[in-house]
Amino acid sequence: MNRPARNHPGFWAFVAHRVSGVALVLFLPLHFLALGLALESDAALEGFLAATEHPAFVIGEWGLVTFLTIHLAAGTRVMLLELLPWRDTRKGLIAFGAVLAVVVGAVFLVRAG
Amino acid sequence: MTPVWLFLAQRLTALILAPLVIAHLAMILIVADGGLTAAEILDRTRGSVGWGLFYGTFVLAAAIHGPIGLRNVIQEHTPWRGRSLDAAMLVLGGLLVTLGGRAVVAVVGQP
Amino acid sequence: MGEPGGARETLTVEVWRGGEAGRFETYDVPQGANQTVLDVVTWIQRHAEPALAYRFACRVGVCGSCAMTVNGRPRWTCRTHVSRVARGRRLRIEPLRNLPRIKDLAVDMTPFFEKWQRAQGRFTPTRTRAEPMAVVRPESAPRRAADAGIECINCGVCHAACDVVGWDPDYLGPASLNRAWTLVNDVRDGDRHGVLKAASAGGGCHSCHTHGSCVEHCPVGINPTAGIAGLKRQSLLDLVGGGLP
Repeated sequence: MNRPARNHPGFWAFVAHRVSGVALVLFLPLHFLALGLALESDAALEGFLAATEHPAFVIGEWGLVTFLTIHLAAGTRVMLLELLPWRDTRKGLIAFGAVLAVVVGAVFLVRAG
Repeated sequence: MTPVWLFLAQRLTALILAPLVIAHLAMILIVADGGLTAAEILDRTRGSVGWGLFYGTFVLAAAIHGPIGLRNVIQEHTPWRGRSLDAAMLVLGGLLVTLGGRAVVAVVGQP
Repeated sequence: MGEPGGARETLTVEVWRGGEAGRFETYDVPQGANQTVLDVVTWIQRHAEPALAYRFACRVGVCGSCAMTVNGRPRWTCRTHVSRVARGRRLRIEPLRNLPRIKDLAVDMTPFFEKWQRAQGRFTPTRTRAEPMAVVRPESAPRRAADAGIECINCGVCHAACDVVGWDPDYLGPASLNRAWTLVNDVRDGDRHGVLKAASAGGGCHSCHTHGSCVEHCPVGINPTAGIAGLKRQSLLDLVGGGLP
């Protein structure tokens, strides 16, 4: 069975876009449920947020922030390639998106850690 | 659910989500200093029509954008496709709108 | 490299034998100067395994018949120098991906051409030889768009490289969609709208996720991703009633 020839930046950008998208859409219901605690009382939400101080949670939030940035950057590149008649695959935008995700993630960790 | 309409919905909601996501990320980075308290969120959102519109739009756009994307992922990596998958994605969208709308009410509504 | 009469280096070449079920057989092939992978396959068939099935025609990179998977990448074997791809004098040669295997290195191109037809990748004429020739301005935007994709010789390399072709059996693939794009831009075609409809139906242009593997691998330098993006734009315009006659 032939494995496809994939080792190029456009493919990895796609992988990052897809993985981050799946993670985010699966995370969203949990996010909404957590915020919905405020329906019970402010204290209920506060209790949950206090629990998120735990390092495991901070790492998880870092992951989500990074994924969100990746998904935004990769999606923006795809839409630019679809809407504008460029003749190349704009790999520079992939690098830009990757750097942006690392920076945003780093800023988050520095401030939240 | 013809391909071009799904494509249009996906791309339109992406355009709507982009500025909302940028604002959301900016807020997260600003507020992330030290721990996050309920007061930091609720003092801003309680009774605010503006934030209600912001998050309400966010929820609606994400509830459309997410399931359409997930549908592609499932069709391409599993044998599941066809009407039952379309129905499941509609259910997911409904779930996201319901839970998300509830969350918006939770943080914007006056207790 | 190879010296006449002297000791030669040998390549260790794994070749797929069989159909969908099969195995790799290994052959030791003398290495030569300026040797292409097609030279290697030909040597194996002539000297080691007469029953080896493979396709070629022109041997000079204009027909696309010799496309195979070499060390994991779909390429024209007549245009692939062994010295460029052999890692440690090893080669692995398999049939093209995403098409049914007939025997050894030969695949069935029928599904590839069936998708070509499903995309309406065929010209619909409107004039006879009795009428004046159509005037097509070569510098016009539609003709330049068509010209960018018109050199396709249906070799199947992009089809083999495409992930979505592998994941979604309905996906028409980059080659047929690229051809559809050239026809959508051909002012002489009598059913450009039909081509657009066929190319943007289920399994059409909207299934492309812009990986760009087709662009990476096309031996003729075509960019099917850009053409498919053009089809996406045109299909959106079509929704609001704009664009094609």
